[in-house]
Amino acid sequence: MVGASVSFVGYVRDVNDGAEVGAMFLEHYPGMTERELHAIAAQAHARWPIIDTLIIHRVGELPALAQIVLVAVTSAHRSDAFAACEFIMDYLKTRAPFWKRERTTQGERWVDARDSDTAAAARWQT
Amino acid sequence: MANGVGRAFAAYNAAMNLELVFLARLRERFGVARERLLWDGEGERVADLLAALRMRGGAFAVELAPERSWRVAVNHEVVDLDYVLADGDEVAIFPPVTGG
Repeated sequence: MVGASVSFVGYVRDVNDGAEVGAMFLEHYPGMTERELHAIAAQAHARWPIIDTLIIHRVGELPALAQIVLVAVTSAHRSDAFAACEFIMDYLKTRAPFWKRERTTQGERWVDARDSDTAAAARWQT
Repeated sequence: MANGVGRAFAAYNAAMNLELVFLARLRERFGVARERLLWDGEGERVADLLAALRMRGGAFAVELAPERSWRVAVNHEVVDLDYVLADGDEVAIFPPVTGG
């Protein structure tokens, strides 16, 4: 019985690290990316008594403020849905093969992985 | 010469066909996205393959240096340096991921 639904949406920020971002290109690794997302969702199901998960992640050219990713989780109780949703996002950011290239006013650059994301994912490792 | 003999034998391990895949920033730095490699070099581990790629010099030597941050996946699964490669493996090398 679904008693709770939590969803997260990530957007292309129009300013990142001090530079104005006009657009972003999302690259992925066909085959491995899908496999990794399924593995992350399966881990969430194994850890929390959740009912269903949905992960949508766009690739290709995305304009500033565009939606990049949706993670949605349903469960009987909210704490499981909240936790699983955050877990999936933290693992997606550090394990799913996607790479962002930004077009800024100062030219194009590949976004670097952030230590804060690595730390966020590490929290879930018991 | 014992060491020499052992070394000679190691050089004769079976050659293997590998499909190399370079992604994101590394693809651009190396100037190649995919490469079929007949690998008959020294050793069969991922570490051995990377050492051979560094020998190419240029961006390969710089970007694949041990202290740089790169990841390796074989047949779509992240592996470590000790993973033993096999004929037909797809070996992807890429920068840390930045999705979401």
